[in-house]
Amino acid sequence: MNHVSDHDADHDSVYDGLLGGDDSQWAFGTDFEDPLAGVDTTLPEGVDGAALAAYCLMLGDDALVLSHRLSEWCSNAPDLEEDIALANVALDLLGQARLLLARAAAADPSVVPVLPEGSPVPREDALAFFRDQDAFRNVRLVEGDRGDFAVTTVRLLVASTWRLALMQRLVTSRDAVLAAIAAKAVKELAYHRDHAARWVVTLGRGTEESRRRTEAALATVWPLRWELDRTHEVERTLAADGVAVDPADVAAEVDVLLDQVLAAAGLEVPDVKRTGGLGGRTGRDGVHTEALGKVLAEMQSVARAHPAGRW
Amino acid sequence: MSAVATVRTGYADPRAVAARVTDPEMPMLTLADLGVLRDVEVEGPGRVVVTITPTYSGCPAMATMRDDLVHALTDAGWSDVEVRVRLHPAWSTDWISDEGRQALREHGISPPGAAPHRDGPVPLNLMPTRRALTCPRCASPAVEVVSEFGPTACKASYRCTACLEPFEHVKEI
Repeated sequence: MNHVSDHDADHDSVYDGLLGGDDSQWAFGTDFEDPLAGVDTTLPEGVDGAALAAYCLMLGDDALVLSHRLSEWCSNAPDLEEDIALANVALDLLGQARLLLARAAAADPSVVPVLPEGSPVPREDALAFFRDQDAFRNVRLVEGDRGDFAVTTVRLLVASTWRLALMQRLVTSRDAVLAAIAAKAVKELAYHRDHAARWVVTLGRGTEESRRRTEAALATVWPLRWELDRTHEVERTLAADGVAVDPADVAAEVDVLLDQVLAAAGLEVPDVKRTGGLGGRTGRDGVHTEALGKVLAEMQSVARAHPAGRW
Repeated sequence: MSAVATVRTGYADPRAVAARVTDPEMPMLTLADLGVLRDVEVEGPGRVVVTITPTYSGCPAMATMRDDLVHALTDAGWSDVEVRVRLHPAWSTDWISDEGRQALREHGISPPGAAPHRDGPVPLNLMPTRRALTCPRCASPAVEVVSEFGPTACKASYRCTACLEPFEHVKEI
């Protein structure tokens, strides 16, 4: 132990003195920052903060978990361009998740896990890294194993088609923060959806093998589609308040778009049974598949080992 | 002359200082040219508030921009610098200035065309995006898109089929 403490005393940090104590010279700074710094997060009149926070967690967790699954392709994709494309999509979604989780924390601070006194971990990170599986509100569609490239592509098509249709309606939300996040997301999601759609067409009209895999991917992904269309109580309440979008209102548009893509790809809408929930409860209620536990174990381990933000 | 005005004469013009800060990933562009810098307000002796708008939701350069702004203004004598975020209206590539577009071109990056302005649903496009571009190196219009995604969140990857060089295009949002 003496050896260790002497060593520590001699070399507090190899970077000490390099920059004369000026933190702002670091590539990304050494401080955390609030993505909503200076943004007015006052609740719209008559809106329940707890409900708004729950809604932001639903949309934020969808993006966070899908982002994590997509980022697993980094260095593993079929080619360099696709590697970069999936990482870009993941990064956009991570940014959307960050804003939405920060919005959730501002709407209802009680949803944020409590960290040790003095921890510099910002609230949206506390939500991402310190909640347990049953506190996540994402649909189960986004949490499954990334599978092969066909599974990832079909899942991205379904998730981004739904999310784009939803965000286009959310731009008129009475919550100005949510409306602004949605307006930015629309621009990004338009690129994601069309990218996935082009790939589905390419795979469907490619080789026998790519077609076989895409048909198998449709059979894997489709049983979980219904959860996106089902209206949760939180969505129903907030939609009536003009804050949220009732997913029932986007279902028809999503169906038409997915039919168009599949028709262009020469693929059939799969005839599969939906994956049921647990006593009617699904991902939106915190009931998840085993796959989410594995995502969280990997995503949260470093943050959880250092809740005070020091190592 | 009031006391505040007397004190302020010691500071450099904060707008000019903030406007000179460059984008960390495209350093040929200033934050003003990029359209990220929305507002610079003096709120008291030594205190300045800068408002910026994020380009992409997940763009990691935002944190660096914030730090660079604080650093540049602190160096210019402003002791209390606050950087605020403005989410609405969302950033558009239409906000990149003519000088910025020229600087991009001179550095081999193809500047964006007009951003799409949509009233209804975003139309599904199953074909490669069509853009009337010319190669920033040889000016040939014979270019093809390699990927709608590139080395940074804001760029697509292209290649010129005349000079065979790859190049980046700032995509329209």
